[in-house]
Amino acid sequence: MWEYTEKLKEHFFNPRNVGEIEDADGVGEVGSLACGDALKLTFKLDKNGRIRDAKFKTFGCASAIATSSVLTEMIKGKTLDEATKITNKDIADYLGGLPEQKMHCSVMGREALEAAIENYKTGGKKKHKLEGNVVCTCFGVTDKEIERVIRENDLKTVEEVTNYCKAGGGCGGCQGEIEKIIETVQGEKVATAIAVEPRRAGKLTNIQKIQSVQQTINEQIRPALRAHGGNIELIDVEGDKVIVAFRGMCAQCRLAEFTMKDVVEAKLREFVSEDLFVEEDKESAAQPHDHRE
Amino acid sequence: MKTIYFDNNATTKVAEEVLEEMQPYFCELYGNPSSMHTFGGQIGRKIRLAREQVAELLACDPSEIIFTSGGTESNNAAIKGALAAVPNKRKVITTRVEHPAVLAACRDLENHGYTVVELGVDRQGRLDLAELEAEVDEDTVIVSIMYANNETGVVFPVERIAEIVKAKGVTFHTDAVQVIGKVPLNLSESNIDLLSLSSHKLHGPKGVGVLYVRKGTRLSPFMLGGHQEGGRRAGTENIPGIVGLGKACELVAKNIKQEGEKVKHLRDKLETAILRSCEGARLNGDKQSRLPNTSNISFEYIEGEAILLLLDRYGICASSGSACTSGSLEPSHVLRAMGVPFTAAHGSIRFSLSRYNTEQEIDYTIEKLPQIVNQLRELSPFVAR
Repeated sequence: MWEYTEKLKEHFFNPRNVGEIEDADGVGEVGSLACGDALKLTFKLDKNGRIRDAKFKTFGCASAIATSSVLTEMIKGKTLDEATKITNKDIADYLGGLPEQKMHCSVMGREALEAAIENYKTGGKKKHKLEGNVVCTCFGVTDKEIERVIRENDLKTVEEVTNYCKAGGGCGGCQGEIEKIIETVQGEKVATAIAVEPRRAGKLTNIQKIQSVQQTINEQIRPALRAHGGNIELIDVEGDKVIVAFRGMCAQCRLAEFTMKDVVEAKLREFVSEDLFVEEDKESAAQPHDHRE
Repeated sequence: MKTIYFDNNATTKVAEEVLEEMQPYFCELYGNPSSMHTFGGQIGRKIRLAREQVAELLACDPSEIIFTSGGTESNNAAIKGALAAVPNKRKVITTRVEHPAVLAACRDLENHGYTVVELGVDRQGRLDLAELEAEVDEDTVIVSIMYANNETGVVFPVERIAEIVKAKGVTFHTDAVQVIGKVPLNLSESNIDLLSLSSHKLHGPKGVGVLYVRKGTRLSPFMLGGHQEGGRRAGTENIPGIVGLGKACELVAKNIKQEGEKVKHLRDKLETAILRSCEGARLNGDKQSRLPNTSNISFEYIEGEAILLLLDRYGICASSGSACTSGSLEPSHVLRAMGVPFTAAHGSIRFSLSRYNTEQEIDYTIEKLPQIVNQLRELSPFVAR
């Protein structure tokens, strides 16, 4: 945690402009307790439409507090048009850089600023709303937001996207989708950087098929279930029929019938063979684990 | 600035007496105990002594002690070794709050066709023993449940658990890394089959540990090579480490009762003062059954890393279960398993004391912490002012 720059530490130990402006012209609130950081930014304009005063309140780690503090310094004296041009990179640069895995703090700063400006422009009525479709359900990050951090920071890997906006950092279930967004935005640039999944071979022997099914469950399916307290077990493979059992939370999940089986089937068809179909093991389904919360 | 060290569940200071004991085994008595010559062979005696010192502390037979490279190796060796010895069974039972050295090893087993059951805990971090009993079936090879939790200090009723597991004829392993040196154990009156110990948690050197294997327990060797440790753990012995661990165990055996009381007094004083003087402070973990040195406290609406850095400014070392310090984006798996709400999970701080802490250090921390908490609460958008 001591990878922080002196400037960042200085702002963390002595944050500027802490508080809330009571009769603010713009209020921006982003983040949440669940996510581990949240920022409330308020500003007041002068007669000429320049930001006369800005204050913040932040829940979060040292870098979240420091980025909020510098953000208020950066926007004071600027017109809203000028302030809108500030990117998360500008905020990070102002601090002399941020550790990679803390870049999301700078993105949170930029988001709060945008939300506050939007709030002002809509006459204080409109609350900041998520734009686009939610991709990462763990941290509530939309495709629009992911596209934006990729574009503004020239990101090329899922890990980088997670560092910048947290997407993909929870259960990891959306990492495939993030990869697709990176490909769409960056196009040619990442075509070689991303390891291409080995395409399915023609005909598989039984042993190859079973191994491939097990591998797909281990790598593509289990991690996502795991994060939600669930699990999956491969019971048997009979011809093209794959018999699985859901454990933990998944065994009792209301959604089990119409989603889990479909998700598993889709993954297995994608990675192993189009002919596969999935069945839930009746015996183990009848006696789910008593999973207390 | 003086360092005030309250992170003894992470690692401890090597006792001066331990270091002194180790010193000759680097440049003077550096021989290999497997050698034929006297120079090397004489070292064997020193290993024997260390084995006896450990056995004395645990009240077991010296032949039941295998030296390893530490807690992680002991845990891996116990679980994988027990599974390899019984190849026809496929089920492993553990808990959701284990140390990663057990949890990651078990989760990897799922990729090799094993069924792994992770028992949940209640809000106090306690297990449901009836649930455990119901889970242990004919297909179960091993049950691995930690003795005391490294984050909260909650002590599981391990002797009772060992009884339940033994009654079903299943092997029982416990990761006792956090408990040894803090609470006396007596393995001669216990049903524990396998137990992991780590030297650097009890004022011994890093890089050495023990796997206790009860006589008659089926275990395949995990590390293959030479004939060391009776063929059960190959590799030239870490002589200075083993000597140091032996001495550390001797010191613990001698002083555990007295020091345990002193540490508990300091911990209780610190904890009571924090809970009284810091706004939004709440204790995590079962107060009735807890290590004497550990206190895990959540500070609502503020974040752990920020607290740690402000404490660090005063030389106070602690740790946190917040997302920012867990190396992932999610807070501690232990606190989440206990259902600690997000309002508190991100702001959890663990203080873990040792016999080297003093009353003055506690007083100094009690003086500084409320200011830090207030300072961060001033900043927090979730605290109404």
